Amino acid sequence: MTDRTATNNLTVTLNGVATELPHGAHVSDVVVHALKGVSSSGVAVAVDGVVVPRSSWSATAVAHGSTIELVTATQGG
Amino acid sequence: MPTQQPVEVDSPLRIGDLELTSRLILGTGGVTNHQVLTDIITASQTQLVTVALRRVSAVDQSILDVVRACNVSVLPNTAGCKTARDAVLTAQLAREALGTSMVKLEVIADDVTLLPDPVELLTAAEKLVSDGFTVLPYTSDDPVLARRLESVGCAAVMPLAAPIGTGLGIRNPHALQMIVESAKVPVIVDAGIGAPSHAAFAMELGCDAVLLATAVTRADRPEQMARAFRDAVLAGRTAALSGMIERRYLARASSPTSGLIEPSAP
Repeated sequence: MTDRTATNNLTVTLNGVATELPHGAHVSDVVVHALKGVSSSGVAVAVDGVVVPRSSWSATAVAHGSTIELVTATQGG
Repeated sequence: MPTQQPVEVDSPLRIGDLELTSRLILGTGGVTNHQVLTDIITASQTQLVTVALRRVSAVDQSILDVVRACNVSVLPNTAGCKTARDAVLTAQLAREALGTSMVKLEVIADDVTLLPDPVELLTAAEKLVSDGFTVLPYTSDDPVLARRLESVGCAAVMPLAAPIGTGLGIRNPHALQMIVESAKVPVIVDAGIGAPSHAAFAMELGCDAVLLATAVTRADRPEQMARAFRDAVLAGRTAALSGMIERRYLARASSPTSGLIEPSAP
């Protein structure tokens, strides 16, 4: 807790990878970070096993230690 | 000659809010590039294609653009999920990502057989139905499980012909026929189709549609094969509506049996 405040960062598991985010990051920031500016059309997000609707991305703060999944459609049977 | 029965005009297949005139549903698994995808969608004349959901970093995101440009509906699947919990979350993510509450529910038991796990499947189906989904479960060819899936509110049942990707065709037509005879929801054969004759056979048995991917996407000439499957599904469907003859074990002449000549002995 003290360390995190000192570095002003929080750590989440984003698509299976430990990822540092600025303290106070919201789901919308995670999406921008993961997509590196590519359109988020067709993307969905779950935080700790619960879907966060697109309309709530910018209002949902990310907690330290969260598990975040960011998915989209790909080819499949 | 007796008067011929009037032509039975086919009605569209209804699944949830969807109305399909094509009874071939195309999976996109195994497709090598976007041009091939466009070509096979066009050639098959399908109106519904499946997609999988994967983490963004691992995938090419533009498949949706290709599918939408072809003006067909998208059916997301939960391929790869091994528990009801994972399948339910994947379906919920798909609904959020794609704006459709239809889902091809797939809960597999292991990576070797890719056979459905019946217990997890039924659990997931029940949860998703109560969450407002239109659930199309990929199931084994077990008539009892098909009934159970229907009774929890699935919009269709999708029994396999054979394990995924094997191309073995319908291994147990009798079981499939039992499913068709008791189901009140559409029966869609999903998985194991290799040849157009398999697809035609499924339709002849009275199935409502066929879902296949590998048989087309991994063919040497996918576009040409897509056309062959389009024709096969249509042929099988037309046959099913036309009243096929009863099977019998002794011959029955088709030429008149009277009026034969009686040549004199040589």
